[in-house]
Amino acid sequence: MKKYFKDVSAIVWKDTLSEFRTREMLISMFMLAVLILIIFIFSIHLGKVKAIDVAPGVLWIAIIFAGTIGLNRSFLNEKENDCIFGIMSMPIDRSAIYFGKMTGNFIFMTIMEIFIFPVFIVFFNLPIQNIPGIVLITFLGTLGFTACGTLLSAMSAASAKLRYMLPVLLYPLILPVVIAAVQSTGALLYGKQIADIMSWLKLLIAFDIIFISVSFLIFEYTLEE
Amino acid sequence: MSYLLSAYGFLLLIMIGYIVRVNLKCGRLVKEAGCLSNDQKSISKLDSSKARLCLIGFALLFISVALYMALIWSPDAKGEPATYRIIYFHVAAAFMSYVGFFITFAGSILYLWKRDLRFDRWAKVGADLGVHFCALMIITGMIWGKQRWGAWWIWEPRLTLALVLLVIYVGYLILRHVMENPVTTARYASVYGIIGFIDVPLVHYSIKLWGKIMHPVVTDGGKNSGLAPEMMLTLEVSIIAFLIVFAAMYIIRLHVDSLEANLSRCRT
Repeated sequence: MKKYFKDVSAIVWKDTLSEFRTREMLISMFMLAVLILIIFIFSIHLGKVKAIDVAPGVLWIAIIFAGTIGLNRSFLNEKENDCIFGIMSMPIDRSAIYFGKMTGNFIFMTIMEIFIFPVFIVFFNLPIQNIPGIVLITFLGTLGFTACGTLLSAMSAASAKLRYMLPVLLYPLILPVVIAAVQSTGALLYGKQIADIMSWLKLLIAFDIIFISVSFLIFEYTLEE
Repeated sequence: MSYLLSAYGFLLLIMIGYIVRVNLKCGRLVKEAGCLSNDQKSISKLDSSKARLCLIGFALLFISVALYMALIWSPDAKGEPATYRIIYFHVAAAFMSYVGFFITFAGSILYLWKRDLRFDRWAKVGADLGVHFCALMIITGMIWGKQRWGAWWIWEPRLTLALVLLVIYVGYLILRHVMENPVTTARYASVYGIIGFIDVPLVHYSIKLWGKIMHPVVTDGGKNSGLAPEMMLTLEVSIIAFLIVFAAMYIIRLHVDSLEANLSRCRT
């Protein structure tokens, strides 16, 4: 068990180190999220629509689109220079690769979210309340997104044609995360308490558990040749 | 009534056209494979065109019986427009799409377990037919909804679930389409087939929490299901008819796919 954690953390360390040396993925994720917020604000005209009604949806669209960039890069970076063969020939369990990659993606998305939240609050003029609840929702939602996305990104890196298909494959599957996250973020922004969104929280937790355990079981089939 | 009849006739024609088209392709492939391969025996064993014709005949017979029962024999529903008769095909198509998607799930698991490309073909054909029937279900549902609710589409749990199912499995077919190596395709498609199917209950639950229920529930078998005994019988007959059509399409498609696989093996 101890060795397993060491394997996972080695992959996480490698990913974060190489990302923080260049920071190009984080910057492009963050800029895309900011631009999505801006474009949506222009398209909905906040003078006519109540900001609080549309804000959660826009926020999660921005997070998911930006997160897709990260997922796309995640295994593509390994494909360049054929690093993937090095990773595959490591004497570790294949699922450790999955957890390492997933944790890496999760960390990048969380950093991006930490930066995008203030921008979001400022742009939409939202009240700052229920911060723990929103943090919890974001944590669970991002976990579900990366759990499902890392599995698919390992597949999509294999072929150039499939790379453009990642959103087509991923977005229908993460629909429960989107619905739950948007609804509960909206409820929290309206001043409701965590107790009011328990059913959404349960859904998110169920999604996370199911997708992490299923990916744990079938990830090895995505890395074979 | 007459336009309803023509709509059903149209659907029937599409189905027959599909079967005939696939069957023609089948014959061509058999000929080609016969030219290429020395192993004539194994190919002629595969080409049991008589059995296929029998199945098509059965399918046509049952569909005609179901059509007669649905359009003429079953009584009018109280307070419902005549379009209610669409339910007989709508529900049957819904069942068949679930059957198709379940076959995909089972085939995917079997493939990852046994590593036999035959199971992968099962999964592929299941998804393909499931998507066809799912589209049929959505289209018939929309026609009914326009008459009953006055709108083609409302964002209501069951409709949304059907749409998401369609999108997931169209994604599955696209995944299969863009890949080239059959072994990698089978592996990735199986992974996607498994997680796609596991996702369905979660999607269902989330949509149910999100929307409100407007869709009538008639097949739960309860007292207030609102179907007269004749209607229930008609529904059952049309489900059986669809099952036979499904089986015919499935077997023919499977046959074509295995011929294609054989052919590409012969060529290389």
